[in-house]
Amino acid sequence: MQTNPATASVIAPGAAEPLSIRAAGFDGYYGSFQALKGVSLDIPRNQVTAFIGPSGCGKSTFLRWMNRMNDTIASARASGKLTLDGEDILARSVDVVDLRRRVGMVFQRPNPFPKSIFDNVAFGPRLHWRHSRADLEDLVEQSLRSAALWNEVKDRLHASALGLSGGQQQRLCIARAIAGGPEVLLMDEPCSALDPKSTASVEELIRQLRTAYTIVIVTHNMQQASRISDRTAFFFEGSLIEAGQTETLFTNPKSKQTEDYVTGRFG
Amino acid sequence: MTDVPHVPVARRLLANRMFLATCVVCTGLAVCVLAVLIVSIMMDGVHRLSPDFIANFASRKPDQAGIRAPLVGSIWVCTICALTALPVGVGTAIYLEEFAKRGRLTEFIRINISNLSGVPSIVYGIIGLTAFSRFFGWRAGAEPIELGSPDSLLYLRLPFGSSVLAGGLTLALVVLPIVIVASQEAIRAVPNSLRQGALALGSTRWQMVSRLTLPASLPMVMTGAILAMSRAIGEAAPILVLGAPLMVLETPANLMSEFTVLPMQIFNWAGRAKASFQEIAAAAIIVQLAVLMSFNALAILVRQRLQTPLQ
Repeated sequence: MQTNPATASVIAPGAAEPLSIRAAGFDGYYGSFQALKGVSLDIPRNQVTAFIGPSGCGKSTFLRWMNRMNDTIASARASGKLTLDGEDILARSVDVVDLRRRVGMVFQRPNPFPKSIFDNVAFGPRLHWRHSRADLEDLVEQSLRSAALWNEVKDRLHASALGLSGGQQQRLCIARAIAGGPEVLLMDEPCSALDPKSTASVEELIRQLRTAYTIVIVTHNMQQASRISDRTAFFFEGSLIEAGQTETLFTNPKSKQTEDYVTGRFG
Repeated sequence: MTDVPHVPVARRLLANRMFLATCVVCTGLAVCVLAVLIVSIMMDGVHRLSPDFIANFASRKPDQAGIRAPLVGSIWVCTICALTALPVGVGTAIYLEEFAKRGRLTEFIRINISNLSGVPSIVYGIIGLTAFSRFFGWRAGAEPIELGSPDSLLYLRLPFGSSVLAGGLTLALVVLPIVIVASQEAIRAVPNSLRQGALALGSTRWQMVSRLTLPASLPMVMTGAILAMSRAIGEAAPILVLGAPLMVLETPANLMSEFTVLPMQIFNWAGRAKASFQEIAAAAIIVQLAVLMSFNALAILVRQRLQTPLQ
């Protein structure tokens, strides 16, 4: 899928590994509060992994450690092991700028920049490379096509991104996240601010994107998790209760807590 | 719930109308005061306005006196003020909002910058006199050190004395807190979700600031900056303390030239007993108001120009 010659060279070595992200005995803290307790989880390459669980269970916190966005919170600390392609994500020596290029993120509320559609998508590539204008135009087109937005915006690339609908804005944010050529896409409840129709289009997009990217998605919507994910992990009060094939987890959960949650008895 | 007594509708409507009336009266008062001021100034001074009034230097004879030196002096001083206060002020705001770790020290600095904007400008005049005019008494009594030729634009004399450079820097001190606070508010108005978005794409802090938060906050920063400049152009007290001469018969040739500014000239003329001096003071006030209003108009224009492409 990485057809762009400009980004092909920057795909990390070890891309053939079946495993993308691995956590082992991972603890996360905000000050003295322990938000994540001994989480061990493997996230396979080119699959969609959904994190489910009630609010405050630590799933978003975990997601935000995978690209070190928690660095922006002064009280956040972590210990244990968290690796991307075998490289320690938590190490002090990690270049977070490059890590975040490799691990893209889509947020809960669409957050397009107050710039044109083109400049939004080109934002990431421009941070990291000096593309020629033609290459950049290609890259923007490809990213918008990948995000299933090209046909809707190709005639107004230089209009403000703020004029798009909520669903289009979120797909623009996805295009923006993939334009930098990441390996992993983290999505933090990407549909929770969208109406059902936009949700359907974003979900369809996520299904398509899994062939090229490893996707980790936090969702409150269990139907969504069962519709779009290959694997699901259930978090509760900071612990990973159960993880496995989505179908198995929803139809035949090992843990009573998981069963109660997925059947809607609590949460 | 049926037992809870109702607030009578008639009373609520009355309270609403009374509040509205109070607001209208307050607004009317403010407009009236401004109207009276403008009308009375116009009546006194408008017949004194002429091309000669703008082009002539000051004179002992009110009929020949003009505002060339103070008008050009104000432009010089404000340009120097803008060139120094804006980069320093915006830079400080960026540091405090985007880079500094939140802590007691930065909180202390923040509060004190806000406090500084309440300090009377004459105090800044005294600081300017000490720091820029006299270099804290360095070489007091001795001849100043000269750098370059007095004919050149880049001529410098240390200490600066009551030069246009000392005046501009002093005014920069006056408006610096305003620029900083306005820029801080502008930067803070950029939603955090945008910062997160930029960082998540792999921006460094500087890339985030230069490509996202600064452009996004620029309209508000510029508005604050222009309002700060309109404050600067109206200040007389700090310039007075610096010892700017009352009668200036040339426009500045370089940064070390002596100068005066419009408010100083107005202050000077308005204090004279002769009625004709009062009239030319009023005429100078009209020019000053015109300059001020064009600054404000510019602020609005800049804000609109910069905002429209994003809406």
